[in-house]
Amino acid sequence: MKRRWRQFPVAIGMLAPSAIILGVFVVYPLIHSIQLGHLRCDATGTRCRDGGWIQYVDVFRSNEFQHALFNTIGLALMTVPIGLVLGIGLAVLADRHLRGIGFFRTVFSSTVATSVAVASLIFFVLLQPEVGLLPHLFHGLFPVLKDPGLLRDPNTAMPAVALSSIWASLGFTFIVITAALQGIPRELYESAFVDGAGGWTRFTNVTLPMLGPTILFTSVVLTTRAFQAYAEIALLTGGGPDPERPTQTVAYLIYGQNSLVKNDIGLKSTSAVLLFLVLLVLAFVQFRGLDKRVHYGS
Amino acid sequence: MTYCSGVAQVRLEHVTKSFGEGDQATTAVDDVSIVVEDRDFMILLGPSGCGKSTLLRMVAGLETPTLGEIYIGDVKVNNIEPKMRDVAMVFQSYALYPHKTAQANIEFPLKVRGASKVDRAAKAKTAAEALGLTEYLDRKPGQLSGGQRQRVALARAIVRQPAVFCMDEPLSNLDAKLRGETRAELVDLHRRLDATILYVTHDQVEAMTMGTRVAVMSRGHLQQIGTPHEVYAKPETVFVATFIGTPPMNVMPAGLFERSEALVGVRAEHLELSANGGVPATVRMVEQLGHETLVICDAAGTRIVVRQDAEAPVPEIGEDVNLTAAEAYRHRFDPATERRITE
Repeated sequence: MKRRWRQFPVAIGMLAPSAIILGVFVVYPLIHSIQLGHLRCDATGTRCRDGGWIQYVDVFRSNEFQHALFNTIGLALMTVPIGLVLGIGLAVLADRHLRGIGFFRTVFSSTVATSVAVASLIFFVLLQPEVGLLPHLFHGLFPVLKDPGLLRDPNTAMPAVALSSIWASLGFTFIVITAALQGIPRELYESAFVDGAGGWTRFTNVTLPMLGPTILFTSVVLTTRAFQAYAEIALLTGGGPDPERPTQTVAYLIYGQNSLVKNDIGLKSTSAVLLFLVLLVLAFVQFRGLDKRVHYGS
Repeated sequence: MTYCSGVAQVRLEHVTKSFGEGDQATTAVDDVSIVVEDRDFMILLGPSGCGKSTLLRMVAGLETPTLGEIYIGDVKVNNIEPKMRDVAMVFQSYALYPHKTAQANIEFPLKVRGASKVDRAAKAKTAAEALGLTEYLDRKPGQLSGGQRQRVALARAIVRQPAVFCMDEPLSNLDAKLRGETRAELVDLHRRLDATILYVTHDQVEAMTMGTRVAVMSRGHLQQIGTPHEVYAKPETVFVATFIGTPPMNVMPAGLFERSEALVGVRAEHLELSANGGVPATVRMVEQLGHETLVICDAAGTRIVVRQDAEAPVPEIGEDVNLTAAEAYRHRFDPATERRITE
């Protein structure tokens, strides 16, 4: 017991760097946000009063928050499955020993080096009804591309944002899945091949199960990203088009220029803390639900 | 119970396999012809990199020969997919699917072939019983010991009742004791299955104890093919003479052991220490192994090992001795080609 206490100052000293960084940049802001979440401010944002804990319940039940949460879930439901399927598909296609495959690997992984802002700008220009390439090429097939434009039509605005978001995350998914593919022992494929398994059977019986942990990890990251999506929305739609505001996500509600609560630091903090809780529950559910189906090697 | 379907002779005719192109091409297997008779337990033996695994993979259909033909039965299989060849393969790493139970692993080849669930379960049970795995069917490979995994891999191979088994060093991941036991089990399995087995190993003990015939390979070339006794007692090349046997055969330069132009090879157990006559040598080391004694001598710079009974008098280190061997035990090799000279 004595010895343990003698080592205590050393332990504190060694933990200090991490503890200070975590404390200053994570724990303190979190606690402060929870405190701010009690406040209710006026339109100018200068005078605030304490709204109490009940404010969290009020905000969660408000139409605005529910609407934003619904939009956010919609975005996640579009970006996560499509992003995963595309990422796995491209990684499996590129995981072959073919001449020139390195070129495709570089292309497929290139978006990992592209910031969300740049990706959004690319798509903003591509989809722009007046000058964009896509409306120019396909407006015969899809008139909505020109009038009013994918980002300006309330029905297509969120799918268009999702498209940009999927493109931006594809490089990340591709790289992670490619790395995992390379860790699958070759003999498993060879054994299945000798046993008579065709390409699809090998994919479903060897590739997918062996990718399990990586797919779980990627899906959690992609879901979190979708729930935190801000930059693409700010740049592509500004939460609009009005009045439906179908792309106003929770993150946009918190930070956005055109957000309903843009001057209310209290309500913004309340929403931020609620988003944190939603993500916490979601990650827990994902790990709990999928963990049993995932095999982590022997 | 007979698993094997039909006659399963495997014939390799002038098979060559090169990897890479142009200047960077390497030839893994060079003009090898082997006939594996139906129900043979054929061992492909050689050091690592000799091309034995590549040869096996060509029979299984995992590699295509660059030149030459491979026949299974009467069918040329060069361009036939593995699943049409009726061949099962056991890998060194076992290649079990870690996410499937032992039962699902064993059933997999049947499932791929569209067998019904009932049929699959029945056949898997029979295969598991044959290998003493019944208790472990619900476990995943991660919960099995090395020996059990190895047997699941074997069960997965026999469950399909293939004509030919290809085994790529299946025992090399086991510890010495288990390897010894499994050797005997495999021989027994071969007898029960009545199947043709091609078995790759670098371990000469496995080759000598398990094979009905042994094909010795070195650097892509077939050195000799014969029964274990033949390759031991009548090695065709210096390579075979020095690769098979522990300790390896003493091969002495021309003129050392007798007045001839040939290299002379004598096994350690056929050399005798005599008081006079024979080749003068000096004792450098004595290894007493309990059941035998190895006397390591130096004769004009050549290291020669003599095996003696444990009861024989042990010479002193540094002692001068004379080495002799009966004519019948002398193997002569051409110094240029290193091939056996037949009288």
